[in-house]
Amino acid sequence: MADVNRGNRPLSPHISIYRMTITMLVSIMNRITGAGMALAAILIVWWLMAAASGADYYATVNGYLTSWLGLLILVGSLWALWFHFLGGLRHLFMDFGIGYELKTVNLTGWIVLLGSFVLTALSLICII
Amino acid sequence: MSYKTDLGRVMGLGSAKEGVHEWFSGRVLSVALIPLTILFLCFVAPLIGEDHATVVAAFQNPFKAIVVILFLLIAFKHLADGLKEIIVDYVHGKAALPIALIATRLTCYFFGAAGAFAVAKIAFAG
Repeated sequence: MADVNRGNRPLSPHISIYRMTITMLVSIMNRITGAGMALAAILIVWWLMAAASGADYYATVNGYLTSWLGLLILVGSLWALWFHFLGGLRHLFMDFGIGYELKTVNLTGWIVLLGSFVLTALSLICII
Repeated sequence: MSYKTDLGRVMGLGSAKEGVHEWFSGRVLSVALIPLTILFLCFVAPLIGEDHATVVAAFQNPFKAIVVILFLLIAFKHLADGLKEIIVDYVHGKAALPIALIATRLTCYFFGAAGAFAVAKIAFAG
């Protein structure tokens, strides 16, 4: 056999060995926020179905959504929505070949991260 | 010597043979979601916590009803496509992969249809 030392060779480094960069963070967070919003989407459909079925059931579901847990999920989802919105916009520009320079890619990454909090705060002010 | 262009030389040589349509229609839906998401937030977010009559009155406005129905249908299609991208990365196996893909897509389409039905019912029948 050519390689008698099979299984005892050094492995290629996995993600745990790299320093987290803004581009890594924004990339994985875009996935997590997108998948996570499935919960909010189902809650909103439940709320719409309740509104369609009548005032009594609507009051029950509306009560769940405006409980502290409901509001925590909804405000968290609002942030996820803005993060995914900005992250998606960044990817749309990249699909057209715009914004691949190292400086730009880091800058837009920070804009997505910080902008998501700013837009969440702004939209909360508008809603309340 | 061949007179073929570089593009002509490589067309059809990939293992998948297709994919441009799937990729491009995904971008089209993403672009559609930019204005729809903002309008959806403007129309629906202030309604959560309001009483039943206010919610019914809001969705009886045809523009609001149409925008929210469009948002729900496109957002759940976008969600199904996104979950597919995640599943093909992390789920393996002859049975697990197709089951996960079909189950998530059908669930997404069910909730998209349910949401659109609810808004339409309020718009037509209160």
